[in-house]
Amino acid sequence: MPNDYLISVNDLCFERDSLKLFGDVSLCLSAGEILLLEGPNGCGKTTLLRLLTTLLKPTSGNVYYCGELLDKVRYQYLADMLYIGHQSAIKLALSAEENLTWMAASEGLHEPQMVRDALQRMGLGRVYDLPCHQLSAGQMRRVALSRLALSRCRLWLLDEPLAALDAEGIELIKSCVRKHLDRQGAVILVSHQDLAAGPMRKYDLKENCF
Amino acid sequence: MILKKIVFNVNGVAAVRGFSDYVKRDLQLAYRSLGDTVAPLIFFTMVCTLVPLGLSPDTQRLSEVAPSMLWIMALLSTLLSIERIFIHDYEDGSLEQLLIAPQLIEIPILGKIVAHWLVTGLPLTLMSPLLGLMLSLPGSAYPALLLSLAIGTAYLSAVGAVGASLTVSLGRGGLLLPLLVVPLYMPIIIFGTATVTFAVDAMQWLGPLAAMGAMLCAAIALCPLAAAAALRFSSI
Repeated sequence: MPNDYLISVNDLCFERDSLKLFGDVSLCLSAGEILLLEGPNGCGKTTLLRLLTTLLKPTSGNVYYCGELLDKVRYQYLADMLYIGHQSAIKLALSAEENLTWMAASEGLHEPQMVRDALQRMGLGRVYDLPCHQLSAGQMRRVALSRLALSRCRLWLLDEPLAALDAEGIELIKSCVRKHLDRQGAVILVSHQDLAAGPMRKYDLKENCF
Repeated sequence: MILKKIVFNVNGVAAVRGFSDYVKRDLQLAYRSLGDTVAPLIFFTMVCTLVPLGLSPDTQRLSEVAPSMLWIMALLSTLLSIERIFIHDYEDGSLEQLLIAPQLIEIPILGKIVAHWLVTGLPLTLMSPLLGLMLSLPGSAYPALLLSLAIGTAYLSAVGAVGASLTVSLGRGGLLLPLLVVPLYMPIIIFGTATVTFAVDAMQWLGPLAAMGAMLCAAIALCPLAAAAALRFSSI
């Protein structure tokens, strides 16, 4: 495999309970690019993303990170990867600040000021100390996505990040993504909305799904 | 690479951090949802209050059944809370974040087990002398009761975590979890009641207590490994 891709996927197949979900997925992504996964509902976009997080194991096929087989560099890869899925990992009993502090700590960032700044930037300055069960769906989404304002991971895997966000929220996410791409980061994205923040590849899963 | 990471994790601060962070966080979460947290304790107290009413207020008969009653109730109330170790994390996605964290997940899991014991087993143990009094447990048995429950509930939390991790993706309210863990709880309840009964009969009770200690050591060493393997495999 060529080394200059940040991540490349070779003939990936996935079966669930011996039912083939998709097959022969091959794609690649360089640093500084966005990859948008497209396709109708149920064609396996989220599953493909979860395969890339290593939460699921492919039935066949390989994933390469920086030219190395993913299994060989798994820890390195996990340290470089940020996944934000449908479930936002937010604890409703904790405040936005406590939640984000915890998430930042799991990435090895331990600066309270950075957390506060990130929440401020995401427009959560007034509600940072409220328990999250008092927040609206959009605000919760913002809390989860404020990780993007902090993260130093190279690869972001985002599953429908824009769901429940308002126009201002979408702009905020775009600016985070733009900054990330400038730092030679890369984004793999499942979204039905447009997030044109930089050079974008598209991959349509429609032909691969069964 | 993996080996290097393991060595780093075991030696480094990262391991300790992972452990204490998770203990702290789970304690904080337990404190924020106090109603859920004290439910097993209330159950324990309530059911133990029913025993003199249902059986007989006769001191002699009560003191005969007190050790086994206290132990069975302690086990049942722990069983009530065991599913909580992982279910919330599974539902809100924290668990998948843990699984893709670049660290050994056994250490956070041990942290969660310890936190679970601190919020259920420990209060239960501290409460037990009061309920022992209600069941006319003879005075000589209290040290044995406290020690055996302290060790025993820790074992219940550790082994329960394995069951909870296996059933986490099946949703709530299943009978599968008790079905899985109760057989594993059998040895501890045998030795637990034996410890207290021996103390009641003024016999040497350190023997069964030592056996419980050994079981707890094995559980602490093995259960995080088993739970981690089960989570990797069942939660997705």
